[in-house]
Amino acid sequence: MTHEAVLSAKDIVKELGQGAGKVMALKGVDLKLVPGELTLLMGPSGSGKTTLLSILGCILQPTSGELVVDGQSTDGLDPEELAALRREHIGFIFQSYNLFPTLSALENVRIALDVRGQKGYEAAKRSEEVLRQVGLGHRLRNFPGNLSGGEQQRVAVARAIVSSPSIVLADEPTAALDGENGNAVMELLARIAHEQQRSVLAVTHDPRTLPYADRVVRIEDGLIVGEERRPEGLDAPEITDLTKRRKAHA
Amino acid sequence: MIFTLAFRNLFHDRVRLMVTLVGILFSIVLVAVQLGLYLGASRMITANIDHADAELWIMPFGAKSFEDGGLLMGARERHQALATPGVERVTPIVVRFSEWRKPAGGSTRVVVIGSDAEEGALLPLNLETGSWDDIKAPSAIAVDKTYLKDLGVEAIGDTAQINAGRVKITALTSGVRSFTQSPYVYMPLARGRQLVGAAGSDLATFQLVKLYPGADVEKVRNDLLNRLEGAEVLTTAEFRQRSLRQWLFRTGAGVALIGGALLGILVGTVIVAQTLYSSTKDHINEFATLRALGSSSGYIHKVILTQAGLSAVFGYVLGMLLALLVVLASQSTPLPIVMTPSLAAGLFSVTLFMCAISAISAIVKVTKIDPATVFSR
Ligand SMILES: Nc1ncnc2c1ncn2[C@@H]1O[C@H](COP(=O)(O)OP(=O)(O)O)[C@@H](O)[C@H]1O
Ligand SMILES: [Mg+2]
Repeated sequence: MTHEAVLSAKDIVKELGQGAGKVMALKGVDLKLVPGELTLLMGPSGSGKTTLLSILGCILQPTSGELVVDGQSTDGLDPEELAALRREHIGFIFQSYNLFPTLSALENVRIALDVRGQKGYEAAKRSEEVLRQVGLGHRLRNFPGNLSGGEQQRVAVARAIVSSPSIVLADEPTAALDGENGNAVMELLARIAHEQQRSVLAVTHDPRTLPYADRVVRIEDGLIVGEERRPEGLDAPEITDLTKRRKAHA
Repeated sequence: MIFTLAFRNLFHDRVRLMVTLVGILFSIVLVAVQLGLYLGASRMITANIDHADAELWIMPFGAKSFEDGGLLMGARERHQALATPGVERVTPIVVRFSEWRKPAGGSTRVVVIGSDAEEGALLPLNLETGSWDDIKAPSAIAVDKTYLKDLGVEAIGDTAQINAGRVKITALTSGVRSFTQSPYVYMPLARGRQLVGAAGSDLATFQLVKLYPGADVEKVRNDLLNRLEGAEVLTTAEFRQRSLRQWLFRTGAGVALIGGALLGILVGTVIVAQTLYSSTKDHINEFATLRALGSSSGYIHKVILTQAGLSAVFGYVLGMLLALLVVLASQSTPLPIVMTPSLAAGLFSVTLFMCAISAISAIVKVTKIDPATVFSR
């Protein structure tokens, strides 16, 4: 791929906690994300995955190093400016879905447009359309409490992509799901990357997610220790599927 | 969506909503009653002043209120005043606390008001039964029907005594109550003088000055002051203020009423602040999620303020309903509570203000949200 990186992190260091509890969660991480790829960030518990995701998602500022999102450096931005950057470029998916329990599936998706100032009928229509895309057209008016875990995570996926962000970040999106639902969510993330040309990064330590990846980045103890790219032409069924789809949309 | 989210957050926890609404309701009723009493008392105190057809009041130096003017003005003052340019008319009236002797024995204090209505002075307020002509008959007086029982009489035609003179009720006013709880007794000036022991004299408590249209009130007042010795000349507005100050503030009654209202606002604010804060704390993860999704802090503040505003509206409607019931129930008491459209509007502003202030602690709370917490659940 010759795509320009939409997100690039350079020599990211992050210290967390203070005093005796101070931890160097990231010790100099370089990472680039390009459109059209599903990247998995894998590593043992405590290796710094969530911390890295928070920094890539402009939620935390790095202690040192530089993050550039769509050509704009985050250096020196205040919390409001970071929020604006998130609004514009980034969609999030969380391990525990983080849906609003008092809002219906449709409203949970709509609110992501609402915080971006997109309101009214158009926003409702767009939200409904995206919920149909993730296979929840029949669940629009259901509240999170009445949805299965898999359905809730798909609502969260819809919420993450409804504003068409160039970057989608997911923290352990399948960790709370059984195999079948986990696969459905990974399948969705792969489609989002390939069909809609977004950069998708999913933190995981679930080996079942591997077949969906275009690229796997391994992190240990705050450092990137390896990177693999899926060779073209592997014949595992999921991968063949993905490849076909990607070619069809290229 | 801000409204939807605020509304759902509010109704999500019914118990908390109840506490919030009861807090606002309590506070509105308390403030409405206190301010309504204050307003009612003010109206009582100034009713006679407001109804007199005069721009300026001449009174002995230091007269504290309508009821407290002494009996020191005479014909000299009247004629000097009449000679002042711009003055159309000067009408003496007599106002005196006096002893009312009930027909069946016992006595109570009343305020005798001697005034010749045809001279354009002070008409008995709100005559309901009978007319001024009925009051001009010998010994005739008008009293308020709500005080009949206190005065030991029953109806028109009944007689009693004021000081040493016989009086006969020939007319009734309605709703003319007295803040001092001493009923006003209206009668012609000469009869008033007679009852307070100044029969045949030209003494008066006040000289009511009516100006020609277009006359400069301040200029006439200065002229009057130069001509009259030992007298004060107040505009109607100043005299109202002075009477209010005397009865509401020198006696502490007004301070108690306003203090009560402030206390109501304080208690309401504390309760609403408490519930809004705990609601915000309960929903803190959602606010953190909103923040992670990129919402500005302004958006989140709006959600909280909308929640506060909705509480205010619901609380106000309920509180006002209850307050109106209390107002209604107070109408037959010695001190009826007054509710006016502007007091109602003022109460709504107070409620909104109270809820906005209450939102501060919740807003401070969400301002400290770390969106990074969204990953650690
Ligand atoms: N708020 C914090 N304060 C101090 N240390 C933290 C904090 N958050 C995470 N850490 C530490 O930073 C390291 C990386 O954490 P994290 O990024 O959550 O790892 P992972 O997501 O890979 O499990 C861990 O050692 C963790 O204990
Ligand atoms: Mg983690």
